[in-house]
Amino acid sequence: MQSSDTLNEQWTPRIVAFFCNWCTYTASDLAGVSRLRYAATTRVIRVMCSGRIEPSFILEAFVNGADGVLIGGCHPGDCHYSEGNYKCLRRYRLLQRYIEQMGIEKERMRLEWISASEGKRLQEVVNEMTETLVKLGPSHIREVAETIVK
Amino acid sequence: MTTNHEIRTGFYICHCGHNIAGVIDVMAVTEYAAKLPFVVVSRDYKYMCSDPGQELIQKDIKELNLNRIVVASCSPLLHEATFRAATAKAGLNQFFMQMVNIRENDSWVHEDKEMATLKAKDLVRAAIHRVAYHKALEKKKVPVNPDVLIVGGGISGITAALTLANAGKKVYLVEKDPTIGGYMAKFDKTFPTLDCAACILTPKMSAVKEHPNITLWSYSEVTKVDGYVGNYTVQVTRKPRYIIEDLCVGCLSCIDACIYKEGKFPSEFDVGLSKRKPVYIPFPQATPLVVVVDRDTCIYFKTGKCPQSCAKACDRNAFDFNQQPEVKEIQVGTVILSTGFKTFDATRAPYYGYGRYPNVFTSLEIERLVNASGPTEGHVLCKDGREPQNIGIIHCVGSRDEKTNKWCSRVCCMYSLKLAHLLKEHTGADIYNFYIDMRTPGKGYEEFYDKLLNEGVHFIRGRVAEVSDWAITHVEEGKLVIRVEDTMIGVVRRIPVDMVVLSVGMEPGDDAQELRRLFNISCSNEGFFLERHPKLAPVDTFTDGIFIAGACQGPKDIPDSVAQAGAAAAQALALIDTGYVELEPNTAFIVEELCSGCRVCVTMCPYKAISYDEEKHKASINEALCKGCGTCVAACGSGAIFQNLFDDEEILSEIKGVLVE
Repeated sequence: MQSSDTLNEQWTPRIVAFFCNWCTYTASDLAGVSRLRYAATTRVIRVMCSGRIEPSFILEAFVNGADGVLIGGCHPGDCHYSEGNYKCLRRYRLLQRYIEQMGIEKERMRLEWISASEGKRLQEVVNEMTETLVKLGPSHIREVAETIVK
Repeated sequence: MTTNHEIRTGFYICHCGHNIAGVIDVMAVTEYAAKLPFVVVSRDYKYMCSDPGQELIQKDIKELNLNRIVVASCSPLLHEATFRAATAKAGLNQFFMQMVNIRENDSWVHEDKEMATLKAKDLVRAAIHRVAYHKALEKKKVPVNPDVLIVGGGISGITAALTLANAGKKVYLVEKDPTIGGYMAKFDKTFPTLDCAACILTPKMSAVKEHPNITLWSYSEVTKVDGYVGNYTVQVTRKPRYIIEDLCVGCLSCIDACIYKEGKFPSEFDVGLSKRKPVYIPFPQATPLVVVVDRDTCIYFKTGKCPQSCAKACDRNAFDFNQQPEVKEIQVGTVILSTGFKTFDATRAPYYGYGRYPNVFTSLEIERLVNASGPTEGHVLCKDGREPQNIGIIHCVGSRDEKTNKWCSRVCCMYSLKLAHLLKEHTGADIYNFYIDMRTPGKGYEEFYDKLLNEGVHFIRGRVAEVSDWAITHVEEGKLVIRVEDTMIGVVRRIPVDMVVLSVGMEPGDDAQELRRLFNISCSNEGFFLERHPKLAPVDTFTDGIFIAGACQGPKDIPDSVAQAGAAAAQALALIDTGYVELEPNTAFIVEELCSGCRVCVTMCPYKAISYDEEKHKASINEALCKGCGTCVAACGSGAIFQNLFDDEEILSEIKGVLVE
């Protein structure tokens, strides 16, 4: 796939990416070692397990101006901690409904199972999500939040 | 801020030669970081991980009185330990160091320099914010159980077991088949020296059996794994072989006495080319030399109407038809997985006619046919009893192919050459090798190829299109015709032969996925076990204390498997002789005053590390059982659970840090 670094010259989305240490963070390293080019839109935050990701982290990211949030965990059945990814999935499902009610398009939040060997998948997911966000345009939730605070 | 004293952060960015500096404007990031809060010093250096790079940090800690360090370089999975150690060496708690991954996550995956630099600044800002919240932590030391579990008794497992046992360590060797020996036991000769495989392997098999430090459990499988590095609890299930192992002396009278006068069922060891009885040993040197009763084919188990002539023939009363699976639980500190591979199923390449034409064989079948102790005592004959006049060996069957397996199996060129030599020796036939490229990297390998060229074996360069029995000339009648483009002369050729050998490649074993889950390790894309680092940690996995050796990690010949088994044994020994491991202090804890006693966390923990005090109405975490996933922290509605290294304020400062200038 071609580099999507310059998908949109005016505006590039920023994605906060929460990756679990064992699968998706390792996949991200693998993508690096394999020199797979993808859009420079993600800002990775490493956690030990996707089960550690609190809904409030995701909301915090949106409120602080993230255009998208990507969560990466181990495939079902493969969690390093047995079942943290299932806990993550439950919270994600609930949060999906919640963010829509808050006026955040549900496409702005994405959960993907990416194993340590799937560097290629990571590249595809980031590029796809970047394209989606470019179509959606910037998230305005930060301004909304600021207005409410004022 | 949680700390009262002044925060003084040192920031260091690594060029990594051109790896980082070629894409990211390192100077711009250095200048940017210098202006961020708490940053006292901001420096760049060509290679931060080098000694001078580390000394730079240490000097600054001492001279500038730094109490926080941020290093922007490669992945923390690669060099976190290095920079933590450097920090500790200067007298600062190692957990006051935070790494920023601007290589794997940035310069290696982006081409747009401006965007990559912007990203680096965002990541650096986040780390500088985060590190301010870090706390001094201590690693917990836990003892390492010196016993080792080895799973898989092929040449890799045997080598690792003997190495460790000779070093005085207690080894449990678990093998799923009735005998150890693996694939190597099936081979006739080994390349390139043409040593007899059995002659070099069987003494090692006996040594395993006799070694006082090795507990050999054949016909057994690992069914459960708990614990962590240094302290694994493993459940091994011993399948019933309906023989009391300690009583059987391997006299084999029972096999003679079986009511089946001749073998009737395909022998697993001879890959179906010979027949065995329901009561059998896989091959004469099977280790342990203990008979097996195959429940699926035994008349007694199927109908209950057998006089049990085998059991009656046993003068040691070793038979026990009521035997049940026996579950053993063992404690080990380290594990070596050497579970091997399987060969490519040739029916998946139907154009080569395996299964349709009786005289198309796989290389493994030929290994048995040329073997003096094989089903034909070394006579290589066509299925109708004819001596083959000409034999075609097709390389890369299932390998280097988009439709099947993309990888090169590394051993097939060499074993095809070996088989060409042996077949010529045994039959005197004309031998044709059909190859894409000859791959002979290894000591004495290219020389072996030269030898074959001089022996008059034919080599045709080209991927074979198909094998058929469709004759268009009378020379081709009754023959198998190999159709191939000879790329050396640019002509499509038809080569009529009596026998075709398919050089099948290596694939991950059927149980690889199951084992991966059991031992909590990863597989690479094609399904072989994933090593921690392809070059620098080839036998380690991402799970501490679990090592891999041999073809379960990827296609490998015998010398490489043996070398890797030695390396895995050495890694296990290093852990054992250190005597302890230091655990990452990323455990969670509950602040009792904040706990509302709702018990949500108790159900979250997969390790049963959280208990609930009924009297105090408070939950608490047993630190020794906590593995630091943080799932309970995320679930706690009262905000009473905290996780070292991944606390809320640390993560939240990072989130804000990547987004807000």
